[in-house]
Amino acid sequence: MKLRKLAKMAIENRIEHSFVIKGKDFGNAGNVSTKIKDLLKEIGIPPSIIRRVAIATYEAEMNVVMYANHGTLNFALTPQKIEIVVDDRGPGIEDIELAMQEGYSTATEEMREMGFGAGMGLPNIKKNSDEFEITSEVNKGTKLRIVIYLDSKNE
Amino acid sequence: MNKYYHSIYINEKKCEGRMRCMRVCPTQAIRVRNGKAIILEERCIDCGECINACPNNAIMPLTDPFTTISKFKYTMAIPSPALYAQFGREILPDKVLEGLRRIGFNDAYDVAQSCGEVSFAIQEYLREYRGPKPLILSSCPPVVRLIQVKYPELIDLIMPIETPREVAGKEIKERKSKELGLKKEDIGAIYLTPCPAKMISIRQPAEGGKSHLDGAISIKDIYAPLLSAMESLSKSDYKSSLESLCILGIGWAIAGGISKTLRLRNSLAVSGLRNVVRVLDDIENGKLKNIDFLEAYSCLEGCVGGSLTVENVYISYNKIFQLIEDLELRKIKACPDIREVRRKFKQNYYFRKEKISPRPLKPLDTYISKAILKMKEKDEIYESLPKIDCGACGSPTCETFAEDVVKGEAKITDCIFKVPERFEEISKELIELLRKSPYQRLGIEKEEQ
Ligand SMILES: Nc1ncnc2c1ncn2[C@@H]1O[C@H](COP(=O)(O)OP(=O)(O)OP(=O)(O)O)[C@@H](O)[C@H]1O
Ligand code: SF4
Ligand SMILES: [Mg+2]
Repeated sequence: MKLRKLAKMAIENRIEHSFVIKGKDFGNAGNVSTKIKDLLKEIGIPPSIIRRVAIATYEAEMNVVMYANHGTLNFALTPQKIEIVVDDRGPGIEDIELAMQEGYSTATEEMREMGFGAGMGLPNIKKNSDEFEITSEVNKGTKLRIVIYLDSKNE
Repeated sequence: MNKYYHSIYINEKKCEGRMRCMRVCPTQAIRVRNGKAIILEERCIDCGECINACPNNAIMPLTDPFTTISKFKYTMAIPSPALYAQFGREILPDKVLEGLRRIGFNDAYDVAQSCGEVSFAIQEYLREYRGPKPLILSSCPPVVRLIQVKYPELIDLIMPIETPREVAGKEIKERKSKELGLKKEDIGAIYLTPCPAKMISIRQPAEGGKSHLDGAISIKDIYAPLLSAMESLSKSDYKSSLESLCILGIGWAIAGGISKTLRLRNSLAVSGLRNVVRVLDDIENGKLKNIDFLEAYSCLEGCVGGSLTVENVYISYNKIFQLIEDLELRKIKACPDIREVRRKFKQNYYFRKEKISPRPLKPLDTYISKAILKMKEKDEIYESLPKIDCGACGSPTCETFAEDVVKGEAKITDCIFKVPERFEEISKELIELLRKSPYQRLGIEKEEQ
């Protein structure tokens, strides 16, 4: 009985949101991470953690906008952690190890003019998360899983 | 809970609950309750947008009246550089300062000099600075408040240098008390302000501690007497050349002016609170790290766009801009001695004494697990609303309304789309009323035996 109640609490104590990200939609780029930030501020998550979530979601969101056709960002929050899964349909990444290297970028000239293409997005996502997984299939899409613990000491 | 001082107040008698203020407020700090607008202290950052939006003139800036100058043995006017932009092109700062002396101040101080000093100090600080970027200008109070309230993680990016008005206040008090043999308290350093927001930085500085200024009078309030005083001046009363103007100081009146006059290439200027919000969001997302310095102003085009100025903002912007061009062309600097500024800089003269601390909004709950439950409740309420942000409930958007309900600050039946629920409530009230005696119904207190 008690256990069941606890299990129920655990399910209830979880917020989930799903966001759609459109490829090449630079006009709305950044909106998803702003919404997530506002939500975390309202809950009262410590600012240093919000900053890390902001950077990770923003970079992931921008990669979908810049390179993929369409994507979803699933966000979940529990009292222990924040989990973000970004799943896109697009060209995929052939050499993940290479893409993860600081400074590696295939951004076009136009994108560079807009201030992107430093090749720092993926490395920064990794740096700011406690758990990070990336999988990709060429011509299908890319999937990122980012976890940030609420009590983590990672800076 | 500490109480926050605000420089804006709502005149209840004049307010008709027309909701314009509630709609323009960039931090959702206004609600309409019982047909009257109220300000949520915690959220208000004193930007003054509501003052301009109110069709009834019911929202008033709380600046000091002109008579405040009689409180001191000696008063010094410290005009914001935006004051210089309020008059025609032929009227130069020297004439404005002389005019101020004629209308009752014992003396007037050219704040452009302090602005120039602080510009140099900013340049010095940027030269040696190696920490996170961009550093953000600290002189616009609503921008500082906005960061304290909504972007606490960016607080360390606020320039640790004092504002020119504070540097001027400090300087004047020290100098004049020695010169005149007066106590510092007897000298009134009165700022002539383009916005009510400067009032809060005097009454309740963001960093705590005490301001060097003693009050602020609205530019609007002194405009007419000052103009007529200047008209009666003769040419011999003031210098009419550009020679004494500090170009760096003049730059503080307009957005981008500091960077332009210091020739900071790697800086950015943004004005208008909504635009500032966008840039701060970008910084929070990890962008703009390669920019050294951000000039951010709550008012469009900078202080010349302040809500207590008189002249049209584009005209006054242009006057300052052309003045800068003129000075540049004629290579007139007349700024404080940079070696002197460097010496004082090394002695930490320009640094703020206290650190600015964050002032984040109260979360849904102090415990994260409870806050999450409340957030879910809020989402459920929000989903049940029409999402048209009509405002009839007294909250600016359906989303803020849902939040207000969860926080217990509004009732779900305040939403006019919740008619069935509302009806249920009204009928309950009606039944209760019918149960009462006729006297009670009329609200007459009479003993019934
Ligand atoms: N979702 C994606 N789909 C396809 N390719 C991607 C995706 N995300 C990243 N890449 C590839 O990986 C490279 C490195 O990505 P990363 O985010 O690290 O840098 P960038 O986007 O090029 O530059 P920056 O993020 O600094 O603006 C990209 O240039 C791109 O080739
Ligand atoms: S921009 Fe200038 S006038 Fe406007 S609020 Fe800021 S300090 Fe005041
Ligand atoms: Mg990227």
